[in-house]
Amino acid sequence: MVDARGLSCPMPVVMVQNEVKKGNPNSLTVLVDAMVCVENVKRYAASQGYSVTVTEEDGEYKMELSK
Amino acid sequence: MSKKINIWVLIAGAVVGIAAVALTALGNPANMGFCIACFLRDIAGATKLHSAAVVQYIRPEIIGLVLGSTIIALATGEFKPRAGSSPAVRFILGAIVMIGALVFLGCPLRMVIRMGGGDLNAFVGLVGFAIGILIGIFFLKRGFSLKRSYTATKVEGFALPFVMVALLALVLIVPTIFVFSESGPGSKHAPVLAALVIALIVGALAQKSRLCMVSGMRDAIMFRDFNLLSGFAAIFVVVLLGNIILGNFSGFSAYLQPIAHASQLWNLLGMVLVGWGSVLLGGCPLRQLILAGEGNGDSAVTVFGMVVGAAVAHNFKLAGSAASLTDGVYSAGGIATSGKIAVVIAAVVLLVISFMNIAKKERN
Repeated sequence: MVDARGLSCPMPVVMVQNEVKKGNPNSLTVLVDAMVCVENVKRYAASQGYSVTVTEEDGEYKMELSK
Repeated sequence: MSKKINIWVLIAGAVVGIAAVALTALGNPANMGFCIACFLRDIAGATKLHSAAVVQYIRPEIIGLVLGSTIIALATGEFKPRAGSSPAVRFILGAIVMIGALVFLGCPLRMVIRMGGGDLNAFVGLVGFAIGILIGIFFLKRGFSLKRSYTATKVEGFALPFVMVALLALVLIVPTIFVFSESGPGSKHAPVLAALVIALIVGALAQKSRLCMVSGMRDAIMFRDFNLLSGFAAIFVVVLLGNIILGNFSGFSAYLQPIAHASQLWNLLGMVLVGWGSVLLGGCPLRQLILAGEGNGDSAVTVFGMVVGAAVAHNFKLAGSAASLTDGVYSAGGIATSGKIAVVIAAVVLLVISFMNIAKKERN
């Protein structure tokens, strides 16, 4: 789980990148609270072969990355 | 690695390029259709925060960029008041980025516009900018963070948009309270309405596309993501073509370029500060305006820091002086000793901020 709520870019992507580099997990949950972070994490995740589903609640986004 | 390029980035980049060429044709200084640093500096001058007589004007472009962002963000539900991510550090970083930009004579956006105008000095600036970004990335990879922001009140979110509306109202109703340059770059400007409308459009597009000069290069290096860099490239190409079409282009040269100096070490070092500081901030000066427009109080504080940095730069003679040709005598321009000392001090401050904000393993 990566909790990147409140962090501005590129921190959320850096945190996801670190997780991917660490263990190349098959699935990863990422929390962010800005649309721009959703877009950036999505782009990075796609480049690493993940598919992404996003659910929004109260202005916060839960992203599920899976391979 | 090829990546999907967001079409909005290319559109925004192209529109910024066209707007820059158009604003210059309408009266803005040469190679200065847009320059966030210069324009904030002009506003600092017009509001008497500094007294450099040649750079004083309330630039409607700044007002338009911020409000364009606010309007589109409100319309699309992206206006989100937030703040609390190391505001004082951001204020200082904003001031440092501004000082670096004024040493070079332009923000990253003007650097690209100058490149498109054939100014080779700006290519030296680009090298410095890239070096600064690499230094910033070095710290990002080691855990640099200004910590998280939090949801804030609407008043916080509307801080900079409100200041912009107030500035616009005052300049329209009681312009005599401000000072305006009678000569020099501050006296050259496009008609107010044209500048405002063009900037509103550019501000909206920049918000929509997340256009940012520093993030383009940063993402390309860190993540092999060329999305935002495509906007940077689009601006360069469109400005270059625009200048060629309008007959403003006379080849690439470092000699006597408009509002630029040929003191290359300082062109380079000035932009190192800008690249480094902007990476720490998470975006270039244009991006800070746009983020502040969509409710980011931290970016609003950064913009205030930039305004103060501009005042400091001119009050203490840190800014670069342009190359000139007077009575047949060429001067390459450059910066005074005070400016050189300021660049070194600013680099030390950036180093301290960079090291001191490397996060421990755990996060709150």
